Amino acid sequence: MAAGDVLLSGEHIRRVLTGDVPATLVDDANLEIRTGEFVAIIGPSGSGKSSLLYILGLLDRPTSGEVMLLGQATSALNDDARTALRLKHLGFVFQAHFLLPEFTALENVLLPMQRAGMPDTEARARASSLLTDLGLKDKQNNLPRQLSGGQSQRVAIARALANKPSLLLADEPTGNLDTHSSAAVQDILRGLAHEAGRAVVVVTHDAAFAKSADRVIKIVDGRIVAT
Amino acid sequence: MRLEAAIAVRHLMARKRQSLVSVAGIILGVAFFCAIAAMMRGTENDFIKRLVDNSPHITIYDDFRTARQQPLFELYPAGAVELKNVKPLPENRGIRGYQQALDFLAAYPGVRASPVLAGQGLVNFSGRDFGITLNGMIPEQIKDVTTISNYMINGSVDDLIVNPEGIIIGAELQRKLSLHMGNVITITAPGGQVRAFKIVGVFRTGRAGYDESQTFLHIKRVQALLNRPDRANTIIVKVPDPYSAFRIAAEVEQRLGYKAVSWVEASQDIMNALAVRNTIMYSVVSAVLVVAAFGIYNVISTVVMEKQRDIAILKALGYTARQVKQIFLIQGACLGVFGCGVGIPLGMLLMLGLGQVTLKPPGSTEPVNLPLDWGAGQFLVAAVFALSAALLAAYLPARKAAKVQPVDILRGGA
Repeated sequence: MAAGDVLLSGEHIRRVLTGDVPATLVDDANLEIRTGEFVAIIGPSGSGKSSLLYILGLLDRPTSGEVMLLGQATSALNDDARTALRLKHLGFVFQAHFLLPEFTALENVLLPMQRAGMPDTEARARASSLLTDLGLKDKQNNLPRQLSGGQSQRVAIARALANKPSLLLADEPTGNLDTHSSAAVQDILRGLAHEAGRAVVVVTHDAAFAKSADRVIKIVDGRIVAT
Repeated sequence: MRLEAAIAVRHLMARKRQSLVSVAGIILGVAFFCAIAAMMRGTENDFIKRLVDNSPHITIYDDFRTARQQPLFELYPAGAVELKNVKPLPENRGIRGYQQALDFLAAYPGVRASPVLAGQGLVNFSGRDFGITLNGMIPEQIKDVTTISNYMINGSVDDLIVNPEGIIIGAELQRKLSLHMGNVITITAPGGQVRAFKIVGVFRTGRAGYDESQTFLHIKRVQALLNRPDRANTIIVKVPDPYSAFRIAAEVEQRLGYKAVSWVEASQDIMNALAVRNTIMYSVVSAVLVVAAFGIYNVISTVVMEKQRDIAILKALGYTARQVKQIFLIQGACLGVFGCGVGIPLGMLLMLGLGQVTLKPPGSTEPVNLPLDWGAGQFLVAAVFALSAALLAAYLPARKAAKVQPVDILRGGA
C-alpha cells in the first residue's frame, strides 16, 4: 500500500543514560513514519529498538534531537501536553498486555475513551464493537485472568485503538504468544496499518513478522543501519 | 474524577481484607475520639454549669485590692500633700452601709444581690460540739442568688421568715449529731455570745464537707451573735448573663471600692487546669487517629508498589500525573469517609453506654451519671481530623505514584 503524509518523524534522536556507566541507547536516529505504513523495527537484543519506540511514542524524552508528531515539535512540551498528544494520536501495545486486572475486558477498552471524555453510551458501543471485531464478543465481561494470552493481547489492541489513534506503536506484541495467537495478532496489526490515515510501527524479533512489513528499520547498537 | 474514583474503589475492593483492617483503625479512632471528647466536654460543661449555678456570679468582699486613699488626697488630687503617722480608727470589719451597695446593684437590669454575714460558730447539742460556718442572710433574697432552695430535703428557706430564730443545717451535720427537725441547738460565737436556734430546715447538696459545715440563719441573728450590727462581709450577686460577670464586677469595684470578684476570676486556676486537661485529652486521642493513619499509609503505599505497571499503563494511555495522584487520594478519602461513617455511630453507641455509668465521686453523697456532651462539635472535629489524617496518609504514596515514569516500568516488559 502506498505511503501517505508524514505522521511522525525523528530528527537526530539521541538517548543517553547517564550514571556511573553512561550508555547510549539511541544514537542519531532519523526516520519518518507515513500514513498507511506498516513498519517493523528489528535488531538484536539491547540494540535500542524499544528505546526508540518509547521516544517515538512520547513515553520517553530524547537527550537530543526532535520528535515531530503531525508536524508538531514535542521535545519542548511539558508532560501534560505530551500526555494529551498520546491520548489523542497514539496507541500502544506491549509485549505484556498490561490490562488492569480489576477491570473487565470491556472496561479496560473503555478507559482511554472515558479519559478522552467520550459519552458513556458511545464509548461502550465502540468498545463492544472493537472487541467483537477482534473476535472477543463473548469475552467482554471477562476479567483479564479469565482470558488467554492471545485474547488478552487482542483486548490490549482494542484498548490501543479505542481513541482512533493515527499511529499504533507495538513493542514485541507477539513475544509472549503461542504460534497460533501470534499469527492472529500479526494479521490484525497488518490490517490496521492499512486502514485510512493510520500507521503501525512494530518492534519485533520475529523475522517472518518483520518480513511482512511495508518497511523494515534495522538498528544495531542504537544506530539505524538500514531503513 | 468519576473515572479516577472508579479505579480507586476497584483497587480497594481488590484488597478487601487490608482495606478493612486499615479502616478499622480509623473507625476505632473516630469512635474513641467522639466518646472521650464527649465525656471530657460533658464533664467540663457540667463543672462550669455547677460553678455558675452554685457559686455567686460576683462576690463583693469587705476587702480592698489597694489601700483606701485618705480623704485629704481625694480633696487635693494635684496638691503636694503629705500625711505622716496616720493611725486609722479601729472599726468592725464588714461592708459598711451594704444597703447602699444593694441599691447601686439594683440599677443593673436583672441583677439580684443579697448580703451575707458569714462567721464561725460552735454547735453544742447533747453534750457534743461541732464547728460550723454561720451564713447570715436575708431569706427573701437568698433564694434569688443561691441554689440552696433546690437542695432542701426538709423545710424551706422561707421558714426563716416566719421563724427568725430558726436555722437550716446540712444533712451530714444532722446525721453526725443525730438531730431532727424542730430540735433546738445552741451556738456559741467566737466572742462568747450564745444563742439557741430551732432547726427549721435541712439541705443536702451531695458534697459531704459542705453539708457538714454550712448553716443558714437570718442575717440579723448572725449580726447579733457575732456582735457586728448592720454589717455584712460579702454581697453575693447573680447576673442574667454569667459571662458578663467579669465586666460588671470591675464596674462595681470601681464604684464601691470593695473587692468584687467574678466567678471567672475566682475560678481562673480551675479554668486553666481544664484547658490543660483538654489539650492533653485531644493530643492523646488524636494520637490514636495518627496511628490509624499509618495503617492507611501502609495500605495505599502497598497498592502503589503493587500497581506500578497499572500506573505506568494509565499514564501511557493518557492519564496525567495529577489524575494518577487523585486515584490514590480518593482511596485515602474513601477510607477516611468510611471510617467516619462507621466510627461516628459507633462513638455514639459508646457514648450511650458511658451515659449509663453512675459514679460516686469522692466527697459526694449522691451517685451521679457521667455527664456527656452530645453537641455536634466533637463529631465534626473527629470527622475533620480523621479525613485530614487519611488524606495526608494517602498523599505521600499518591505523590510517589504520580512520579512514576511509564518508560521505567514498561521497559521491563512482562
